[in-house]
Order: sequence, then C-alpha cells, then structure tokens
Amino acid sequence: MFNHLFLDIDAGTIDWSRAQFALTAIYHWLFVPLTLGLAVIMGIAETKYYRTKDEFWKEAAKFWQKLFGVNFAMGVATGIILEFEFGTNWSNYSWFVGDIFGAPLAVEGIVAFFMESTFVAVMFFGWKKVSPGFHLASTWLTGLGATISAWWILVANAWMQYPVGCEFNPDTMRNEMVSFAEVALSPFAVDKFCHTVISSWIIGAIFCVAVCCWYLMKKRETKLATESMKIGVWVGLIAALLAGATGHKSAQSVGEVQPMKLAAMEALYNGGTDQGLTAIAWVNPFCQPDYANEESAPLKIEIPYALSFMATNDFNGYVPGINDILNGYTKPDGTVEPSVDEKIARGKKAIEALAAYRQAKAEGASDSMVNDQLSIIKANMKYFGYGYIKDKNDIVPFIPVNFWAFRIMVGLGCVFILYFIVLLLLIYDIPFFSVLTRRLLASVGLLPETMADAPRQLTGLPSWHYWTAIALVPLAYIASECGWLVAEFGRQPWTIQDMLPTWAAVSDLHASSVAFTFILFLILFSTMLAVEISILFKQIKKGPDHE
Amino acid sequence: MQKDSFLYKVFDLYYDGFRSMRLGRTLWAIILIKLVIIFVVLKLFFFPDFLKQNAKGDEAGYVATELTERAK
Repeated sequence: MFNHLFLDIDAGTIDWSRAQFALTAIYHWLFVPLTLGLAVIMGIAETKYYRTKDEFWKEAAKFWQKLFGVNFAMGVATGIILEFEFGTNWSNYSWFVGDIFGAPLAVEGIVAFFMESTFVAVMFFGWKKVSPGFHLASTWLTGLGATISAWWILVANAWMQYPVGCEFNPDTMRNEMVSFAEVALSPFAVDKFCHTVISSWIIGAIFCVAVCCWYLMKKRETKLATESMKIGVWVGLIAALLAGATGHKSAQSVGEVQPMKLAAMEALYNGGTDQGLTAIAWVNPFCQPDYANEESAPLKIEIPYALSFMATNDFNGYVPGINDILNGYTKPDGTVEPSVDEKIARGKKAIEALAAYRQAKAEGASDSMVNDQLSIIKANMKYFGYGYIKDKNDIVPFIPVNFWAFRIMVGLGCVFILYFIVLLLLIYDIPFFSVLTRRLLASVGLLPETMADAPRQLTGLPSWHYWTAIALVPLAYIASECGWLVAEFGRQPWTIQDMLPTWAAVSDLHASSVAFTFILFLILFSTMLAVEISILFKQIKKGPDHE
Repeated sequence: MQKDSFLYKVFDLYYDGFRSMRLGRTLWAIILIKLVIIFVVLKLFFFPDFLKQNAKGDEAGYVATELTERAK
C-alpha cells in the first residue's frame, strides 16, 4: 500500500504525494455528497411549500437551506487544492493528460461559478424579491449546478480509469482530445456519475433523518422533524435502491475496462465461468495475500454465480482472476488478452520508439525514419505505461484495501436499505406490514409493548432508536469514502489506466517537502472540519427561524 | 438607475442580501480566510508550477526526458 513513507528517496515522494492527494480528496468528499444530498431535501421541502402554500414548509425549506449553506460554504474551493497538487506533485501526469483534463475542469469551473453564484444568491436572498416559482426554480437549479459540477469532475476522473477520445502526440508529449463527446459521455463516466451522485443522496437523507431524530429525542421541533423525516426516508430508500442498481452497472464497467480492480475487490486469484460472489473470506487486512500460490482466499463463503452475473449480466459469464490477468487469458468472444510480460515488452517498445522519434526529429532525420518510429509508437501506445513496470506483480493493487472497502460499502448499503424500510413502516400505516414490523420490534424488545399497535408514533421511542439514526451519519460517510477507496486503490499503480503509473507521473521532488505539506494539510483540514462541525451543530441546536 | 429596471433589481438582490446577512457573515468570513490561505499561502509558497520552474520553457522536452529516462 504505502510502503515508502519514511524513505527519503523517490519511492517516498510517490507515497507522500499519493497520501497527500488522498487526504485532500477525502476531505473534499466530506462536503460534496452532503451538498448534493441536501439539495434534494431542501428542493422537496420548498416544492411542498410551493404546492401547499403552507408557511410551515417555507420554514422547513429555509432550515434545510441554512444547513446546506453552512456545508456549501465550508466545502467551497477545497477541491482547488487538488489542482495545485497536480501542477506541483504530479507535473509529468499533468502535462501528459494535456487538454483532456483541462477541458472538463474548465467547464466545471465556469458552470459552477455562474450557476451557483446566481442561484445560490436568489435562494438565500430572494425570498421576498422574486416570485415563489422563480425561487423554487433557483433552489432546484442550485442543486442542479452542484450536480453538473460533479459531472465534469467525474468525467475527468473516469478518463483516468478509462482513457478514451484522445490521441497521444509525441511532439507535444500530450494526449490530445479527438472527441469531446467520447470523453464527456464515456460510458464509464456515466456509470460513475450515476452511482456517485445517487449515493450522495443517501448521505443527505441519512443526515436529514439524523437531525430529525435528534429533535424528536429532545422533544422539540416535532412537526419539522416528523414531516422532514418522511422526505428523508423516501429519498434515502429510493437512493439506496438505485445505488444498488447503479453499483451493479458500475461493477460491469469495471469488469470490462479494469478487470484487475474487480479481481482485487473480490480477492479472485483464479477466475473462470460460473463465478460466485464472495460474501466473506479471510483476507489479512495488513498484507498482500499469496495469490500466485493460493487457489482462493481462505474461509470463503460465496453466493453462487453472483459474481459472474454482477460482472457480465450472465450467471455463467467468464470473470478473469488476478493470475489470469497476469498470465494472459482468452475472452469469451475469442479475443486473447496478452500476458503482462507481453504488455511490458510492447510498452518498452513504445517508449524506446518515443525516444528514437524525438531524437530523429531533433537531428533532422528523414521522414521515413521519423514515420517508422511514429508507427511503432501508435501500434504499442495502448500498453505505453507497461514500459515502466519492472515486475508483472507490480500491477496488482493492494488486495486487502479493495476487498474490505468493497464489502464495507456494500454491507452498509444493505443496512441503509433495511433501516429505511423499517423507518418507512414505522412512519406510515401500511396495512399488515407496519403492524407486523412494530410487533416484531416489540417482540424482541426493540419497541415498547404499548407502541406495538400505535401507528405513526415517532416521539417517545427508546433513545437508542434516535441514536441509531445519528450513528448512521458517520457510517454513511464511511460507505461513501470506501467507494472512493475501491475506485482509486483498485486502479493502482495507474494514474492513467495502462498509460502512466504513479512512479512515472510524479514530479522529481524531495519527499520531505511533500511530507511537510501533507502535515500542514492535516492540521488545516482538521481545523476547518472542526469549525464546520461546530457551526453545523450550533445551527441544528438553534433550529429553524420561527417567523 | 430606474428602480424597476432589471439591473437595479439584481443589484438590490445582492446588496440587500449581503446587508441583512447574519450567519452568512460568519460563513463569508470563513470563505475569505480560506481563499487567502489557499491562493496566497498555499499556492504561492508551497505549490509552485513545477514544470515552469524546471523545464525552462521546453515543457515537452523536459517531460519526454523524464518519461523516457524513468523507463530505464
């Protein structure tokens, strides 16, 4: 994983740069999902006000907008630090990706600035200045602006995982965009966007439910809490179910373009057809398993055929394991995926041809000589990054992080679905099911006997009910961050899949200077997070402004 | 400026909004402090443009050398 943190050599620079980028991205991701999630909650609350003209809903909408505003303000600009890190710590990478990264990020910056600065202002300042319809549109457009921003960022991220719509120019040493549509509408980006944004709605919903439960526990703002909780439960349940569906689609994309990531997520050492999904197995969290010699992870309990279905939509589909990918395999359609050794040889050929091409051009060699080298580069560019791989095992990501992070994410996703279903049955009086749920909870002592037949009663429950909702907030963040761990650890060692490993992408910096800024960020981010949480808590304690 | 003109209404929205902020004042103060830290302190002192400093105008040549040498 991070093996070189205390080494004052190039490897130390790589690991500190990776750690710093991870820290910044994780910190930035604390704010983004809550912004996206609360945008839906506040939008629905204001829509209810628009439709009913009930002043209660205006107050509720304003309250959720206030919490949205605190989170938005604290998160704004934290993502810019990532761009600084590209320019300083990852300069080879930044140059190599060329305008492919620049274009989506520029669109994101412009759209975010204009949409958010306009509609956020109308949302907060415009209650008495614009019509209710225009205000409602501004509230939804604020959320849409944030979602569109997420789209462009995820397009840039998806390109690193599945580089499409580009061509490498050996003169400029940059990947140049040949199709904006291919980059912007890459199927990998679409799947990533859907799964990421929908899972963010779960965080917003859980946050909403937790705040409501806190009020119910304190026996205050009861109407706001019970009515807002209904919004939270519906948004949460729908989002959690959709996250499962989009997660399935994401896993298929990963299986197609990053089979090593899928194999690491599953600790699948040797693949084949009819593969079962590992429900649980013993994978030591601290060391890389001996995948070359073990048949499979020990104590493995699997769901038959489920991995084949997850990866290929076919219960009998073929899923390659780590050893298959390392040694080469034949796909079901008959195409042969070369072994990593073969890819390494072709990658070296591309790099040598690149050096020869540039030298030939500098020395004014004949066109045929230059073109010969150019055709070698083009023929082998697909495996360019493999030219930096010394040992084929270097392309295997750290399996334990992928394996456990994936299980934590999926496991918590299932917990959220179950929780929202139970809450829904407690809130609404759904014939048979609500009574059954209440009696079941009462029979195991989770609900007082007196409440077993009392529908829609959310106040006066044992306090652990409320604390469960509050405890789900950090768990929702853990699930979300685990998703990113799988996405980013799973593609190691690549900064750009198959094209550029981390040790070629990193700048030639001293490890200690990156370590210093890492510690600086740790202090800065911790302070800012403490400030945000304290302001957020203060506003929740204060409650809505009663007009 | 006419009070019912579009530009005045936009100006009034922001002017009146900023003037009557309560929690917003704290949030704007935090945003400004954060922006100063990010752009003045971090960018200027800790995150220089590495290629601009080291490539001396020939970024493509510098990256080409780096990428071909690191494969050896």
